[in-house]
Formats: sequence, C-alpha cells, structure tokens
Amino acid sequence: MIIESRLKKVLKAGHFAVTAECGPPKGADPDVIRNKGNLLKGYVDSINVTDNQTGVVRLSSLAACAILREQGLDAVLQMVTRDRNRIALQSDVLGASALGIRNILCLSGDHQSLGNQEEAKGVFDVDSMQLLQIVRQMRDKGLILGGDQLSSTPELFIGAVENPFGDPQSYRVKRLAKKIKAGAEFIQTQCVYNLPRFKEFMGQVADAGLTERVFLLGGVTPLKSARMAEYMKNNVAGMDVPDGIIERMKGTAAKEQRQEGIRIAVETIQALREIKGVSGVHIMAIEWEEAVPEIVEKAGLMPRPEV
Amino acid sequence: MITAERKPLSEIRASIGPYKKVLMVGCGTCVAECAAGGEKEVALLASQLRLMAAKEGREIELKELTIDRQCIYEFIDQVTPVVDKYDVILSLGCGAGVQAMAEVLPKIHIIPALNTTGLAETKEQGLWLEDCRGCGDCKLDRFADVCPITRCAKSLFNGPCGGSKEGRCEVDPDTPCAWQAIVTRLEETGRLDSMDDIEPPANWAKTQGKGPRKIVREDQRT
Repeated sequence: MIIESRLKKVLKAGHFAVTAECGPPKGADPDVIRNKGNLLKGYVDSINVTDNQTGVVRLSSLAACAILREQGLDAVLQMVTRDRNRIALQSDVLGASALGIRNILCLSGDHQSLGNQEEAKGVFDVDSMQLLQIVRQMRDKGLILGGDQLSSTPELFIGAVENPFGDPQSYRVKRLAKKIKAGAEFIQTQCVYNLPRFKEFMGQVADAGLTERVFLLGGVTPLKSARMAEYMKNNVAGMDVPDGIIERMKGTAAKEQRQEGIRIAVETIQALREIKGVSGVHIMAIEWEEAVPEIVEKAGLMPRPEV
Repeated sequence: MITAERKPLSEIRASIGPYKKVLMVGCGTCVAECAAGGEKEVALLASQLRLMAAKEGREIELKELTIDRQCIYEFIDQVTPVVDKYDVILSLGCGAGVQAMAEVLPKIHIIPALNTTGLAETKEQGLWLEDCRGCGDCKLDRFADVCPITRCAKSLFNGPCGGSKEGRCEVDPDTPCAWQAIVTRLEETGRLDSMDDIEPPANWAKTQGKGPRKIVREDQRT
C-alpha cells in the first residue's frame, strides 16, 4: 500500500489546511490516542503529536503517531533534539517512515529544566536547524550524517516551527529563511493572539520572498478561561497575549469563557485566512481536543477536501 | 579561570565523619581567585569545622596547608612529607587538583570540599560567569565571541529559540539570552548576514570522542 502525506497533498492542491495538536497521555493506554484520533477524524487534515512537551514524560510521539496511522489518520511526528543524539534521531526518522508516518516537525524542544525531569541531561547534540538539514538529506540524497548511503530513503514531508513573537524580533524572518534553507517545507507557528504583530511579520516574510517557498500554518490555541489567558501571557515563554484578549475573556461570565475562547479562535482563523502567505491553521487545543471540531466547523473549514 | 563553589558544611561534615586527623589542602590559583579554595577559605572552613566538632564534643585535628597549584605534581610534593600523619585529606582544589593529588598520593582517601563548576570570567566582585565548556573546537569568531554551547541553555548553533523575551533566557530570566547578544553584536558590526549560513553539527568527538582528552606536546617533553 502506498501511503502519502495528506497534509502535503492538501497544501500542494492549494487548499487551506487544518492541523491539530494531540498531546499523548502520561501513561501507556493506546485508547487515549485512539479516542483523540476518532474525535479529530474528518475535521483535520493531519494530527501533530507532541514529543514530551515541556519536558514532561509522556507516551512517545513515534508510538502515538503509529497508533494514529493504524486508524488511517495522517500524523505529524514532532521530534525534539533535547532527548536524542544524532544516532537516535536518524534511526527514529527511518523508523517513522517504515511505520507509515509521512510528516515530521523538527524542533529543539522545551528545556528539560522546565518539566518533571529537571535533573536530566539535555542532549542537544544537534539543533532544530541541523535536524531539518539531516532529514532533508536523508530523504533527498539517501545520505546520513557523515555521508554513508541509506539502503532506502525515508518518505517524509518536512516541517519546522517559528515564533513570530519571540526576540530578537529583527532576527525572526531571517531565522525563518534559514529554516527554509535547511529544508523546511511547511511551518507551524506559535499561537497567534496578537494579529497586528503577526500581520507585520507576514508582511516581512512576503517581502523576503519566502511565502512562495514554504507553506505556513498559523497557530491557534483556544483559551479556556481568563486565567489561562493571563497564565499564557505571564508564564509561557515566547507567548504574546495582548491585553485586549485578556480583557475580553475577563469581561465574560466564567461559565461562558470557554465559548468566548472558541469565538476568539474562530475569529483568529478567519483573520489568518485573509493574510497573504498563510496556507493553513494549526489548532493547539491543549488537553481540549473536543473543541477542535466545533472550531473547524464554525470557522467554515468543513468539509475537509478530498485529495 | 576554573571556578568552584564550596560544598555545604553539612555535606563536608558528613564525608569527613569518621576521621579524626584531617589534612586540609587548599590551592592558591584558580579556586583562590574565585574565593572557594585559597588560604583564606581553608582557614574559614577549618574554624567552622573546629567549632562544629567542639559543639558536638568531638575531637578533631585539622592541619591547614595551601599549595600554589594542586594540579601540578611538583607542588603536591609539599604534601607528601606530612601526609602519613593524617587519616584523610580534605581538598579545596578543583576536580583536577583532587585527582592529581590522588595520583601522587595513592594510599590516602581524598575528599573534595568543592564542587567544580567550569571555566568562567570574573564579571564583577563576587560574580563569576561560566563562558567556556572546553569543547576542544573553538568557533567563537563565528558567534560574535559569545559561546552558544556554554551560554545558550540549549546550546543552539543556528539562532535563538522561540522563548527569548526582552533579551532574557526562557530557562532562567536572570540569564541574558546568548543569541540576543550574538545577534546584537553582529548587527552592530554589520555582520548579521554571516548568520545566514547553516552551522553544521558540532564535532563532539573533540569533546568526548575517545574518553578523556590528552594533550601531548613533544616539544615540551624532556
């Protein structure tokens, strides 16, 4: 059976793509993944599985992606360089392809000191830029680092992340250009709450001639509460939550705040669709995957295209 | 210099627990400069240990001896003649000092009183900042003379992560973001384009390829 990346086909066909994030459980139960897969099936083109995000031990991303694959779903394997050296990374890239996983997202990962294994040794043998280059070379040239030839090549659609709101701001577009140069074919961004800043960033991306060279999916995280909005603003690194959003959540009755969060997410998606160079949306509903179908429907992104 | 910090008194007390005659050996070079293991620090620790022993009603004999360099055998020779009179050595040298003494004095138990932390510069009085991990493959010129291996928490070689905010590191807001410093220095000198090239994976074989590294200089050997 030939397995192809649905995400790649949707983007190449010019459709506005929808991906969603699925966090694996802090346990070994495969049904948690299957249930999340069933919930998202038909509403998204591809499902990202996070790789021990925030440095907290969870069921492996590779295993979770394989479970989603068994359900006939297209998965994006998130792979961080924090926990594996180049031997393990390259080995897992081959393993992922063999299991029918067709998308990979290369990241450096949250620092180990932020999670529940503070005393762990951070590997960081390579960085996300170098991982992109390694995977690209494995796929396109059949070579691993050092130049040895592979007996067969992995089939992967290669992605990276970008945070338009991080510092130094003057370097963000250059950094994106560098990721594309390293091999990224698609980009998923940090959560967008500050639309004016995001538009400014996308303008710079277009001016740099990058919009034609990469598919960029804007990140959207629905807020569950005013407290979450404030937490994201103050405690999550690289997050830009404008006061207007916080005021809007605070001005909503507590039991209505989830709905307000969904409304903001829908409005954000609608705004993202109008920005030149935005090819899709990546919905990161943190431990709230149930919200995704409603957001996708309300944003007018149903039905998902046949490709 | 090599920097170190003294271990907590309780840990030192626990490790010298069973011993009565303790030879305290300080080092007059790096760890004296960073106020962890020089003559003054040896004297301070000795008085603390004496006080502690007196309170506990224990007898302890402490001899203070600070040599110029604990990592060089010629200086350790000052320890050799007196070592037999003691049950244990409490070293206030760095990790290299402790091990060099162990090499010269194979029969005595040596306990480290310091935690060696690395290679650092003196930022200001009482503030030392680590800035070299001794990777064995210096490329500082590529990074505007700011070491990303040491000063970026994730040792990133190709630009900042997404968590840097207002020049501070996401891991520890008290630490400046190394990549903010690199980008600023490159911008100020009109060299930012040099960062467009992708820095290839590091050669860690120069750091830990075949175990401990060794420098052999035939021209220095007699």
